[in-house]
Amino acid sequence: MEVQKTALYNYHKNLGAKFVPFAGYEMPIQYKDGIVKEHISTRTHAGFFDVSHMGQFFLEGDETLIAALEKIIPADLNNLKINHSKYSFLLNNEGGIIDDLIITRTEKGFCIILNAACKENDIKQISQFLTKNHKQLLNNNLSLIALQGPKSVKILEKLIPGVTNLKFMTGNNFDYEGEKLYVTRSGYTGEDGFEISISNKKVEKFIDYLISNDVKPIGLGARDTLRLEAGLCLYGHDLNEKINPVEANLKWAIAKKRKEVGGFNGWEKIKNLLANGSEKIRVGIKPDGKVIARENTKIFSSDNNEIGFVTSGTFGPSVNAPVAMGYVKSEFSEIGTSIQLEVRGKKYGGKISELPFYKKSYVK
Amino acid sequence: MSEKKFSKKHEWVSLDGEVATVGITKHATEMLGDIVFVEVPDAGKAVEKEGQAAVVESTKAASDVYSPISGEITEGNKAIADDPGSVNTDPEGASWFFKLKIKDKSEYDSLMSKDDYDKFCKENPS
Repeated sequence: MEVQKTALYNYHKNLGAKFVPFAGYEMPIQYKDGIVKEHISTRTHAGFFDVSHMGQFFLEGDETLIAALEKIIPADLNNLKINHSKYSFLLNNEGGIIDDLIITRTEKGFCIILNAACKENDIKQISQFLTKNHKQLLNNNLSLIALQGPKSVKILEKLIPGVTNLKFMTGNNFDYEGEKLYVTRSGYTGEDGFEISISNKKVEKFIDYLISNDVKPIGLGARDTLRLEAGLCLYGHDLNEKINPVEANLKWAIAKKRKEVGGFNGWEKIKNLLANGSEKIRVGIKPDGKVIARENTKIFSSDNNEIGFVTSGTFGPSVNAPVAMGYVKSEFSEIGTSIQLEVRGKKYGGKISELPFYKKSYVK
Repeated sequence: MSEKKFSKKHEWVSLDGEVATVGITKHATEMLGDIVFVEVPDAGKAVEKEGQAAVVESTKAASDVYSPISGEITEGNKAIADDPGSVNTDPEGASWFFKLKIKDKSEYDSLMSKDDYDKFCKENPS
């Protein structure tokens, strides 16, 4: 498959981006400042992220669309108000997570933001439940920009008046340069911020404005350290098709009504897990010293029994210490439990930690 | 102290009598990015030429540091283990990784000069 590029590829190049292949795209891993500075400037000022590789999947249709989507998505779509968003997933027949996503109710239907690596398969999976009464479009003419950090709201309000009024996980249409753009107050860093869906033709001009307001470009490297500090999952690492929402400690993301009534893929299995708990569960992990427990690090109990594995681990620049997430046998999941992490053949101490590692500052 | 010599794995060595000081090059730190973890060897450990001797981790990944020369470790630089970020600031000075008593000076002689190393980096980017 040919490597794909976002509309901002040359723009990133001019900003000094270092590129890596990611989900079939050439994406910036970092810019000149490097991961730690990019991370800190997002937490203290504001940063922008080109997340145009993610799928912006639009669905329209008659009243049967909700029932169709609810077969594979365990959100309460009937009660989702227009311009409101929910974090949810696509589930397979065993309750495993095919992808995690953000679904927003639009005037005519829904918009679903899908992970780049999964989007083709996601659409195939969703399409199984669609009929001729439903229209679908993966819109590749749109870029998606995340603007994150405490100064985001002030900077964006100057350009697009009214965004201040948006609450976390809601959105609206706004006018910009004679075009409509869709802005939601959301993101994946733990900071206040916005995600802006904008036509490929206008995106460079929009980024010019951000840069003139001292908003730094942020690559995938800092996106990873930011989301991990915020305790947020990365699909393909912390989540996959063999992991269900109960194991992933994401049962809060299954709507209350859906937990009672069910009717989605894997419901029998998930119902049972909701009642009885799962054998393993996702937890936060803090190594005692400076050692970094990366993905696939084995986790042992204090009496040397293997109890799990790390799925994401790095150095958290704002926590100023290494942080990790992983799966352990549920009896070891209590906050503060002492564990051991096997790194390069040597065991290092650590503790099960509360998530997030860094307190979120969403505007609710 | 003798002039610095360089390896293809981006370590530098300087020699003072029988004791060599080893660190990673500025070019290596630029490739690695922000260094957030360092593990240095304890005194007494024997290392082989091109054998793994220390560990350096950036926000992105973990990498081994090899000894370009064989011998017995006399000291690991604990200061960089306590402050890994200092390796980004002064990689070819205060932030050396370890010292070792060498066995064979010809191993040192066969390493690259500064000019040859700079040329090597230009010809082998990334």
